[in-house]
Amino acid sequence: MPVIMILYYLITAFIVVMVGWNFVREKKSVNDMILYLLVLIPLVLRLLRVK
Amino acid sequence: MTTAHGFREWTIKSILLAIAALLMVLGGVPLYKHRHSQIPIVAGPGVTKVLKLSQFVSSLKGSPADTDVFVLEGKEPGGKVLIMSNTHANEPAGLLATLIMVENAVVEKGTLYVIPEFNASAGRNTKPGDGYPLYFDIPTEWGAKRFRMGNRDSSPLEQWPDPDVYIHYPDKQLFSFLDVRNTNRTWPGRADGPLMERVTFAAMEMMRKDKIDIAIDMHGAETMFPVTNCIVAPQKSAKIATLVSMNVKAMEGFDNHVEPSPGNFRGLSHREIGDFSETLPFLLEAPIPFLDQPTGPKTVKLLLDGKDPFLLSLAKKKKLFVPYDESGWPMDKRVGQHCSVTLEIIRQYSKKNPDTAIKVARIPRYADLVKTGVGHYFHDPAKADKTSIYYE
Repeated sequence: MPVIMILYYLITAFIVVMVGWNFVREKKSVNDMILYLLVLIPLVLRLLRVK
Repeated sequence: MTTAHGFREWTIKSILLAIAALLMVLGGVPLYKHRHSQIPIVAGPGVTKVLKLSQFVSSLKGSPADTDVFVLEGKEPGGKVLIMSNTHANEPAGLLATLIMVENAVVEKGTLYVIPEFNASAGRNTKPGDGYPLYFDIPTEWGAKRFRMGNRDSSPLEQWPDPDVYIHYPDKQLFSFLDVRNTNRTWPGRADGPLMERVTFAAMEMMRKDKIDIAIDMHGAETMFPVTNCIVAPQKSAKIATLVSMNVKAMEGFDNHVEPSPGNFRGLSHREIGDFSETLPFLLEAPIPFLDQPTGPKTVKLLLDGKDPFLLSLAKKKKLFVPYDESGWPMDKRVGQHCSVTLEIIRQYSKKNPDTAIKVARIPRYADLVKTGVGHYFHDPAKADKTSIYYE
């Protein structure tokens, strides 16, 4: 795997952690919770090397 | 109060997380299975050895882009032909044609090199946004044989990220970012380039080192695209292509006109193979209504029979570049064209070059495939000798 690809996986993992943390911290807005999860789905699928 | 709020918050979050996980499983599992599924190929009596493309560029070894090269050697020495399919894995008529060759062909003179999954990564990719089916089945005498429907470009799981613009090597022509994963834009490639450039470079190395005389790259093109139902050839292959076009029209009754390979459009197999080796390149295009934009749903039926009411309406308004009626463009016809045009290229080349002639038997022609169907030529892996089975 080339270095740049490894870096992109690390960036993806970082964004997953950040968005996940925002989901955990969200207390009231259900819309925002849904939004965070929708953003997470393709990123998690990429980290799992599914799509 | 706080505890009650906290309980409500985590109840909602748990439900939402469960829904998101369910969506990921429902969406992800079919894609994972598609990516890891295998098509069993029964290597026929003509296959004398099976190489890996990585034998020509070692950095491909172990990568998902490495692919099998089936070699069919004749008893007599002669010319050499390379036949490639699934350069674009969403144009499967070529794949079926090459697999028929691997399972049936016998070479009497010369050598045939067959690469059924040229872009092996694209063969495990899909295009959900365009509603591509993941598989299609071909009926045979022993049951349905299942194939993966792939995508035009290799998977980003193998080659990521894409650049903003793909700068072709060595001409520096600018292409769409997506073309960095398109193995019909990355010719002639380089040994240390992006993965798809290494795939095309390995094929170039094979052609140069093994002194291959002819290269045939099988494709499919939309009925609304002018470069369809044709043989694309550069100047050095044009004479043979013209003779082939005239002969299949006169002897077998189907059109396949000749399109000149544009000199300034780089990265294409029919351009770069000719410019960077002694090999004569030909690119075959068979119509594939499934890829046209104004069609009904992208179903397996449309992929196989090519029948679509919207295209029929457009044909009546003379908006298509191929003849089109209620019979559509069935897969048997498209595969038949690929087989007949390939055999005719070999025959015309052999007539012009008797010292390096090539003689191949047991490849069905257009009329045979239209009559019996593609499935007739596939062998049952369950009844085959296990040592002759390869998985693509």
